[in-house]
Amino acid sequence: MIELEGLTKRYGDKLAVDHLTCTVRPGIVTGFLGPNGAGKSTTMRMMLDLDNPTSGTVRIDGRHYRELHDPLRTVGALLDAKAIHGGRSAYNHLLCLAQSNGIPPARVREVLDTVGLTSVARKRAKGFSLGMGQRLGIAAALLGDPRILMFDEPVNGLDPEGIHWIRTLMKGLAAQGRTVFVSSHLMSEMALTAEHLIVIGQGRLLADTSMADFIARNSRSFVRMRSPEQERLRDVLSGAGIAAAPGPDGGLDVTGEDAAHLGELAARHGITLHELSPQRASLEEAFMRLTAESVEYHARAGDGAEPPAGAPDTPDAGRPAWGTDWRGDRRGKES
Amino acid sequence: MAVTAQVLRSEWTKTKSVRSTVWTLGTGVVVTVALGALISALAKNDYENLSPKDRFAFDPTFISFAGMGLGQLALIVFGVLVVANEYSTGMIRTSLAAVPQRGVFLFCKIAIATALALVVGMITSFLTFFVGQAMLGDRGADLGDPGVLRAVVGGGLYMALITMFSMGVAAMLRSPMLSLGVLMPFFFLISSILANVSATKKVGEYLPDKAGQKVMQVVLVDDDAPYGPWGGFAIMVLWVAASLVGGYVVLKKRDA
Ligand SMILES: Nc1ncnc2c1ncn2[C@@H]1O[C@H](COP(=O)(O)OP(=O)(O)OP(=O)(O)O)[C@@H](O)[C@H]1O
Ligand SMILES: [Mg+2]
Repeated sequence: MIELEGLTKRYGDKLAVDHLTCTVRPGIVTGFLGPNGAGKSTTMRMMLDLDNPTSGTVRIDGRHYRELHDPLRTVGALLDAKAIHGGRSAYNHLLCLAQSNGIPPARVREVLDTVGLTSVARKRAKGFSLGMGQRLGIAAALLGDPRILMFDEPVNGLDPEGIHWIRTLMKGLAAQGRTVFVSSHLMSEMALTAEHLIVIGQGRLLADTSMADFIARNSRSFVRMRSPEQERLRDVLSGAGIAAAPGPDGGLDVTGEDAAHLGELAARHGITLHELSPQRASLEEAFMRLTAESVEYHARAGDGAEPPAGAPDTPDAGRPAWGTDWRGDRRGKES
Repeated sequence: MAVTAQVLRSEWTKTKSVRSTVWTLGTGVVVTVALGALISALAKNDYENLSPKDRFAFDPTFISFAGMGLGQLALIVFGVLVVANEYSTGMIRTSLAAVPQRGVFLFCKIAIATALALVVGMITSFLTFFVGQAMLGDRGADLGDPGVLRAVVGGGLYMALITMFSMGVAAMLRSPMLSLGVLMPFFFLISSILANVSATKKVGEYLPDKAGQKVMQVVLVDDDAPYGPWGGFAIMVLWVAASLVGGYVVLKKRDA
């Protein structure tokens, strides 16, 4: 279990992480979601005591990271797969990590086998492909057989097979009762992996909810209807007590009705339909709405659970829009 | 203590598993010995032409160490790479996640690299002495002569200290290019320039390399340095201590 309390990190004027309080529980995969520059990596670095928080604390099973005895046996992390000395072989890279935490060398061979790098174990890591590097990073995280695992965007740049492999691995680790904390900026990816969701935007907590809840609340489904007799269709619908909103390209969007029922209704009135299609707003859209509105929403409410219905799409004038701020973020970034 | 033993073992694996260790240390030995042999051979031929005063100041031991000024640069590169490559590769984050006690981490890293530099330094020092004396022939010194053993052992210690100094600087600057960019000109140019211009000579004598090399001198006629062999060595030790403390403070305070 990982507990963050009021975790804050300031780089100069920039608040990278802003009073983040949340708990990452064992036995499930917890997705840590946020757009670029939201503060995910910074938060993870503070969890591992690499960056000093400006204020607030991180507790790992009740203790500070620095107090852990042989920390790799408690927490395994993959922050940046490229962050290794390329001149060292995969085996030696893992061996030096193992030795520093009193892990037997036999375990190095085990994890190399788990990630499928045994045949290239003696090769220098410099020549590894992106996927091999990612596997090596995961091997390092697994080395101490830790109760807690942390992955920072583990699927970035991987091919579908690699993505599937990591997804399965993470689920398997959680099923063994471990705490699995994984960051991403892809909602669709998290929907397939995570059971719980922590969303941050500009360093602030926006949502801390179960995946099922998030889907139920955010995946609005509706039926799109289009007809050459648009006006008559609208009248028929309203006559039947069905509200229809104008869709983006001259169609009508109907929420809360079954497509079959709507089709029969149109047929009864002899209305020609050019389109009758059930639609589902993607989770990605819901995620983007959530993070785009984060600034303004936070200024109004406080708990950041969910944006209020009908919140305007643009942040208030005093704050930069999401897009412009993103560019501002990147400029200050190191890597 | 258990942790320290583990981390020492880990740092040993790190050091020996990269190629730069072999080529930097190897270059240090070869350059020092080869250059020392060459200059010793030249000095022997030149001896006949020396004035009586210069013959009196002739220091065959120190002459055989003439390659060290260049050879030490290889050890500086070794020291810098051991520390700064952790930063340039990003490995430092993996390393500190494994060993969050930063003091222990730095101490073990420096201990291992220093031990290695000391072994290599001693081998270099004795080798360059014996090869140099062979070149000097009947003008050469004997290990049993007064002060000679001290000078040869001091040469090995000097190599280890220069490596430690570089590691401290690299821990402060956290970049291989920046560290080498500071250390190389400093030891290769600035130090010699300061020591050879009379106005700055006094300052130059207190620089780590000039002070530290005093220990390798046996014949001390015409010597106006304000310290003896071990006094100079102690000045260098102070420089090393300062750079290591600086490196420790930076590592402790800053985000990785
Ligand atoms: N060392 C640093 N110095 C200054 N600013 C930093 C530093 N590290 C991060 N930041 C800033 O803090 C903010 C959060 O960055 P962070 O890397 O944690 O975001 P992230 O959520 O991981 O983004 P991404 O999805 O792009 O990886 C960014 O605005 C970034 O520019
Ligand atoms: Mg990141």
